[in-house]
Amino acid sequence: MTLIDVTGLDHRSLNEKLREADGPVTLTGCCGQRFIAAGMSGPELTVEGIPGNALGAYLNGASITVDGNAQDAVGDTMNEGRIIVRGSIGDAAGYAMRGGQLFVRNNAGYRAGIHMKAYKDKVPLLIIGGTAGSFLGEYQAGGVIIILGLGRDKQRIVGNFPCTGMHGGKLFLRCTPEEVLFPNQVTASPASPDDLEELRQYLIPYCQVFNLDLEEILASPFTIAVPCSSNPYKQMYVSN
Amino acid sequence: MKPEGQVRIPSGCAIAAVISREGRPISGGLMAEAMKPMHDRSNGLGGGFAGYGIYPEYKDFYALHLFFDQRATRKNCEVFLKERFEIIKSEIIPTRKIPAITGEPVIWRYFVAPLRSVLTSMQLDEKEFVARTVMYINACVDGAYVFSSGKNMGTFKAVGFPEDVAEFYRLEEYEGYSWTAHGRYPTNTPGWWGGAHPFTLLDYSVVHNGEISSYDANRRFIEMFGYKCTLQTDTEVITYIMDYLVRVQGLTLEEAASVIAAPFWSTIQRKTDLADREKHLYLRTLFSSLLITGPFSIVLGFTGGLMALNDRLKLRSMVVGEKEDRVYIASEEAAIRAVEPEAEHIWAPAGGEPVVIRVKDGAY
Repeated sequence: MTLIDVTGLDHRSLNEKLREADGPVTLTGCCGQRFIAAGMSGPELTVEGIPGNALGAYLNGASITVDGNAQDAVGDTMNEGRIIVRGSIGDAAGYAMRGGQLFVRNNAGYRAGIHMKAYKDKVPLLIIGGTAGSFLGEYQAGGVIIILGLGRDKQRIVGNFPCTGMHGGKLFLRCTPEEVLFPNQVTASPASPDDLEELRQYLIPYCQVFNLDLEEILASPFTIAVPCSSNPYKQMYVSN
Repeated sequence: MKPEGQVRIPSGCAIAAVISREGRPISGGLMAEAMKPMHDRSNGLGGGFAGYGIYPEYKDFYALHLFFDQRATRKNCEVFLKERFEIIKSEIIPTRKIPAITGEPVIWRYFVAPLRSVLTSMQLDEKEFVARTVMYINACVDGAYVFSSGKNMGTFKAVGFPEDVAEFYRLEEYEGYSWTAHGRYPTNTPGWWGGAHPFTLLDYSVVHNGEISSYDANRRFIEMFGYKCTLQTDTEVITYIMDYLVRVQGLTLEEAASVIAAPFWSTIQRKTDLADREKHLYLRTLFSSLLITGPFSIVLGFTGGLMALNDRLKLRSMVVGEKEDRVYIASEEAAIRAVEPEAEHIWAPAGGEPVVIRVKDGAY
């Protein structure tokens, strides 16, 4: 495994070193460098410290693990690969993701999964272990978003206006449908046995990564939200 | 010069702030260090800092920081100042010549006390008198701009990257109980010295990442109350709005935050606390022209505290962290970690949720 101390390096030199490296790489001393591993199809990367915005943007197969928190727009337009964040994540996580997986152990900021999309076998998967901020899955066009709300106590699992502008894909929330106010253009219902089976497949790798008890997580009620095709959008996305 | 499309300038403005709840001194150099990991958010067309508690030996006097386009302007402006104030001390603000900062104006500071006789004849309280004087100089004295006018606080700003601006102003030589910082990427307006952040009036200062789409509506409203927007940057109006709501109208900071980042009507309607719902209805109705739309994350500095606030849609990032007596606020967590690797309770306030941190009583 290659260790690279990136203290004081700008994002361009950092990524150059990353491209030159052979085999798994660990970055130490990371502090705000943007675009780490952007567009890369390898390597297996571990980040110590705080990666900057747009970590793994356009990622094309590499796998990234962040030991702590990550900032905004992680996995922006990522195509393939896996990003694991052991802490919390900033705003716009998985922005316009079109493939691959983004697993976050703790909470997400605003607009997680904004404009996620899918095409044929490309179905992006975003799983948040804790809670999510407002505008979750805004304009979602495809892919799967799952919010588990683990350890949230009395906190809301999601902020205001989830699924605003949603017109494709699926959103799973580990709560009852009554707990969340959805827009009229979205159908939210308790997850069916088929939905739960599908959900189980998504959660297996997530629980392995974070060493969580899958059955315990699945023992709680889940809500599934999908676009309501009989009530399409007719006006602005939200009246303010 | 490469046109847009051939070159990408990653940017988005950067803000940071720190405060000691115990009122302990913090070096201005710390803020410069916090700004470094966010270098790419600015483009070198503006950087600035505000420090509170930095002039303890002159804490009873208004500290006026001024830019003059030439020496003659300073002479004229001083004649005007002497008609209104007793000038306790006047001096050049010490700077360092560095290659990164060029084209500086004449930069001067005055510690002043308003003349009692003038206050009496104008029937104004001290703060209103100072605020009006600042407005008059900025609007009517050609080539002179007051860019700081509070007591025991001061703003330092320039065209350049924030870390260079800190070096230029020898910021490491100042100590204060709180600091705010800004790195600028101007979007719609010129990158000039007066347009750098923070924007201040009396002891209020604002650093802002974002762009106000309601600027002109806000400006037209606030100019009815004697404020004049002269600095060609949207952020200026936020400072005057906060001064108007908090100093003139007597609102609390939280109420002022509910005016400028008012919740959606639907969110207000759904409130179950009826008194709270009434209050929001009242504030949004009474001060509808002071709703600030468009993306913003701001830090408001004032005597004895800081307030951080995001726009109600939270279109800009902002995180808060703590360590012992200090609270840190920044556009990016990296900025906090750069100066306090062990920072705890890192969290991101929701849109429209003000975070107010105060120094304990008697410690500032």
